[in-house]
Amino acid sequence: MVTGHGPVERALRLWLPVGFFLIVALFPFYWMAVTSLKPNAELYNRHMMPLLVLHPTLKHYVDLLTQTSFLLWTWNTMVVAVVATGISLVLGVMLAYPLARMRFAGAGLIAMTVAAIYLVPQPLLFIPLADLINRLDLGNTLSAVILTYPTMLVPFCAWLLLGYFKTVPKELEEAARIDGASRLQTMRRIFLPLCTPGFISAGIFAFTLSQNEFLYALIFLTRSSVRTVPVGVIAELIRGDVFYWGQLMAGALLGSIPVAIIYSFFVEHYVAGLTSGSVKG
Amino acid sequence: MTIRSETLIGVVPRRRRAASVSGWLDRESVFSWLMMAPPLLFLAALVGYPFCYGILLSLQDRPVAHAGTFVGLKNFATNLNDPIFWKVSANTFLYTAAATLLKMVGGLALAVAMNQQFPLKNLVRALLLLPFIVPTVLSTVAWMWILDPAFSVLNWFLLAVGVPKPGPSWLGNPVLAMASIIVINTWRGLPFYGITLLAGLQTVPPELYEAATIDGASGWQRFRLVTLPLLQPIILIVTLFSVIFTFADFQLVYVLTHGGPQNATQLFATYAFDIAMGAGQLGLGASVALAMFPALALLIVAVTIYMRKK
Repeated sequence: MVTGHGPVERALRLWLPVGFFLIVALFPFYWMAVTSLKPNAELYNRHMMPLLVLHPTLKHYVDLLTQTSFLLWTWNTMVVAVVATGISLVLGVMLAYPLARMRFAGAGLIAMTVAAIYLVPQPLLFIPLADLINRLDLGNTLSAVILTYPTMLVPFCAWLLLGYFKTVPKELEEAARIDGASRLQTMRRIFLPLCTPGFISAGIFAFTLSQNEFLYALIFLTRSSVRTVPVGVIAELIRGDVFYWGQLMAGALLGSIPVAIIYSFFVEHYVAGLTSGSVKG
Repeated sequence: MTIRSETLIGVVPRRRRAASVSGWLDRESVFSWLMMAPPLLFLAALVGYPFCYGILLSLQDRPVAHAGTFVGLKNFATNLNDPIFWKVSANTFLYTAAATLLKMVGGLALAVAMNQQFPLKNLVRALLLLPFIVPTVLSTVAWMWILDPAFSVLNWFLLAVGVPKPGPSWLGNPVLAMASIIVINTWRGLPFYGITLLAGLQTVPPELYEAATIDGASGWQRFRLVTLPLLQPIILIVTLFSVIFTFADFQLVYVLTHGGPQNATQLFATYAFDIAMGAGQLGLGASVALAMFPALALLIVAVTIYMRKK
């Protein structure tokens, strides 16, 4: 690290670039918040300075919560994200533990397959999956997305946990084995309780990815009562050419809050997970 | 590390193996396969099967809610004769290349700027990651309003700094629309590059910089000759990741432009969606989606081989 030489140079080297990145990163959120608080008279007035609100109002929030199914969408999104994350963590552990700890023929191949599946983007699979979901008669049920989200989350959790598991020392497991514990007991009682930070990282990622998913939800959920927030906002607050901008922004902001709150609590885990993949390897 | 893992993996089990010779390995593999069976079956059913079924669909004429008829490679031939398909291919490559380049350069700049001591650094880092955390569809809605044809805040800025002409219709002009989706994709993905590269930068030993400084290297030389080579593996893996998901992007374009104006921002994923879900031609749509596969397969193989090597 090179030390700065004076306040001017420090401002140039540090605050100018960091400030620029901060403003660019945060402006859209500021704009969301300001727009959602503007009465329509200010919102659609081209001659007013748009960056501030003169007469803030919660009307758009009230309308959003009373005239649309936004609360129901939020509930759906939470149910889907929590259940899909839970399933993915369990299945992810079942993949990652043997791969991290056991030696058996084919382990390398399985590890590579899991990594490859993690990298398959949804647009490659959505058409056959749509047909499959139809045939299973799961269209317009939350099960459709609860079942399909883990296709991306399981390989992801397995991969992240695999990296974490390898950093956990083996001595305790060895000791438990010598004391006569079965492999399953060793894993459940001794090993998994040591891995809480890994589960938190994987869980937050899986949760954020579930909240973010759009394509499957768009295709599988076409009835308002089963929609998730992203699909509900896009499909029902934009009607034809009519944009309810105030409500749209209120919805976008409220929809972002659960993720932002979880993220703010676990930001260190999140960053650790983000960087573990490429840095620690 | 090598010494430790040798004692753990090699010596201890070997001593134990002497006690219960052949059954040992068996039980290890039996346990592993039993444990992995449920997730593997799940992935086979919901990734493996749909993938193969998608290939089958691409060889069929398959209107939605009708039985399919096998047509061989006709769908692919249709695509090759479809000027929109070629436009979509060009769009996707341009979008991926431009956004990746911007994210890489911008991410490096962000990482270098953040690799200094300053108050509230953790808070700043957390705030910078927000675009990457917030659901893409929701932040894209904000961008939609920023680029609104009548009430664009950008155009208000242009007017405020004295540009005499009325501001452009950002999403109505083919070139500007493409530029817009590239910039917004960059806005969302840049923090991922920046924070990952920052973590990489923090592992560079300060002695290297000191040695380079003593040898008379300028700031730029230190960056080019010390930082870049050490970051290269991280840059490579982050870029490969990001290329895969930019190449197959759907949400941003679907919400912002629906592929318009005149297919100027249509990508493989959105075009496949339009054909399959809009026009109800599952077979042709599947063939468009599969057109992504060769490039994706190359990238996926590259990443997996690279990760295995590590």
